[in-house]
Amino acid sequence: MERVSVAIIGPGNIGTDLMYKVLRSPRLRMDVMAGIEESEGIRRARDLGIRTTLGDLRPILEDGSIRLVFDATGAKYHLRHAPLLRAAGKIVIDLTPAAVGPYVVPSVNLGELCGEPNLNMVTCGGQATVPIVHAIHRVAVARYAEMVSAISSKSAGPGTRQNIDEFTRTTARAICKVGGARKGKAIIVLNPADPPIIMTNTVYVDVEIPDEAAIRDSVERMVREVQAYVPGYRLRVPPMVDGTRVTTIIEVEGAGDFLPKYSGNLDIITAASVAVAEKLADKLLVKGVTQ
Amino acid sequence: MSGGKSIRIVDSTLRDGSHAVSHQFDAEQIAAVAGGLDAAGVEYIEVAHGDGLGGASCNFGWSKLTDDEMLRAAAPVIRKGKLTVLLLPGIGTKKDLEMAAGLGVKAVRVAIHVTEADIGQQHIGLAKKMGMEAFGFLMMSHMVPPEKVVEQARLFESYGADVVYVADSAGAMLPDDVKARVGAVVEAVNIPVGFHAHNNMTLAVANSLAAAQVGAGFLDGTCRGLGAGAGNAQTEVLAGVLDKLGYRTGIDFFGIMDVAEGIVEPMMHRPQVINNAALMLGYAGVYSSFLLHTYRSAEKFGLDPRKILVELGKRRMVGGQEDMIIDVAYRMLQAKG
Repeated sequence: MERVSVAIIGPGNIGTDLMYKVLRSPRLRMDVMAGIEESEGIRRARDLGIRTTLGDLRPILEDGSIRLVFDATGAKYHLRHAPLLRAAGKIVIDLTPAAVGPYVVPSVNLGELCGEPNLNMVTCGGQATVPIVHAIHRVAVARYAEMVSAISSKSAGPGTRQNIDEFTRTTARAICKVGGARKGKAIIVLNPADPPIIMTNTVYVDVEIPDEAAIRDSVERMVREVQAYVPGYRLRVPPMVDGTRVTTIIEVEGAGDFLPKYSGNLDIITAASVAVAEKLADKLLVKGVTQ
Repeated sequence: MSGGKSIRIVDSTLRDGSHAVSHQFDAEQIAAVAGGLDAAGVEYIEVAHGDGLGGASCNFGWSKLTDDEMLRAAAPVIRKGKLTVLLLPGIGTKKDLEMAAGLGVKAVRVAIHVTEADIGQQHIGLAKKMGMEAFGFLMMSHMVPPEKVVEQARLFESYGADVVYVADSAGAMLPDDVKARVGAVVEAVNIPVGFHAHNNMTLAVANSLAAAQVGAGFLDGTCRGLGAGAGNAQTEVLAGVLDKLGYRTGIDFFGIMDVAEGIVEPMMHRPQVINNAALMLGYAGVYSSFLLHTYRSAEKFGLDPRKILVELGKRRMVGGQEDMIIDVAYRMLQAKG
């Protein structure tokens, strides 16, 4: 089967987990891992026989065979990388909060965004809850949606901790922009329990049409669609309707590729990113044949 | 003895107390209480949704007024005291804090679960930059040993906090637990240390005294003890007890009693007593704000609220996880078949 070459910028936990997922993909070829300096992630990539580059993106920018680039660094770095990657004609999947391009949640709006040169992966909580908001909105009309994500302290890295407002702001925006709710709110809680809790997400939606059967059916269909790319995505409490309020609880267990299973919050964003890349790869391969 | 020493009081009737009225204080009530507290000599007057700025939500309950409206109601009547807010990072944001500063808020308590202080570094930094007093507030301190509380208190100090609090959010501590934690923090940091009590096991005032005895310089109270769970240390009682022991609080004892009886008591939805579920919060070490939400779920699903609370304690749920009450109730219902 033909594959599309990809590069990953940022060999941290997220970048490394992505690398393992790319290696498993029948559609993608893991070509370059880029870092700023020697690190465990760079060594791990090198040991797997993957090309690496330090402090220099040229091996990616100048290699025409690399079509897709994941950026798993940080917002301020992505703002620097984005114009360079764009000028080099790369399609970028941005896992940072920079949001240079539109938000993408594969089960909801990937189809509309396949022509975009830069796609932003929102947040882990956004990937977990926007599908539910959208599933409810499409049958019941969401006036307001709110999500509460609880993640284990161990799975919250320094990036999340030092800018926790970014999570709430970005997720709330995606609940509206992608999920369709008129208003949105996001809350995040870190829980230090040991053994670590797996990620749970509660979604409250205030709806115009509180048809429980239609809502349940729509949510169940959506859960199956997300499960296609995040196998550990599960309905914990199915939609319960109380007046006009619908409450749904989702849990996300990680695949354990590189990160431990409890960190479903990290797994869902890397899994969703690879789902985006595979879809784009399909398009590129079709184009390649017709050109 | 500690005669003549001064203790600074934060009254949280209009913040923690708002849990007891399901966050339904109106502008007139806020102005009356805030004005009364100010006239009685209370230094810090905390006003916000019970879960802090940005707390109004499905998860924590909708307040009658927005944060902005609550602060606007209180600001003009506070002349000597300092209008204070609480903010839980992950719920409230820096934007909320900027709004509060713009309305004349002088102090913020950045409240975080006792192991996660680093998520508040930015909020403490912003408060200091805007010229506010910044308190680091370590919630659920009963869940970890004193060394961990010390480590996290030091983090707050390193971020520039002016005061660090040990909060017994579950009303689960006994006086010796308070002394061990507050005492260790007093030894370890160079900023004043505070203590926030809950009365789930009728120890709020006793625990506050225990904290004072090992060097706490700040204590929290609410009029009539109004607050989450079985409520907080009762400000007017605390004022009287501290006065008897020779501590200076700057509070007029008769004045604060009048505020409690004349202004706050008529606003109460129910007497602030230790019912069985509140006692269970303290016993099982569960976040006090879960109480009314647990009652609602227990009633809806026909379950014993105490059993829900025990399960939440077993799962080691922390503040903010009110949604897990629904999860636990749902699971219990499934198990019943």
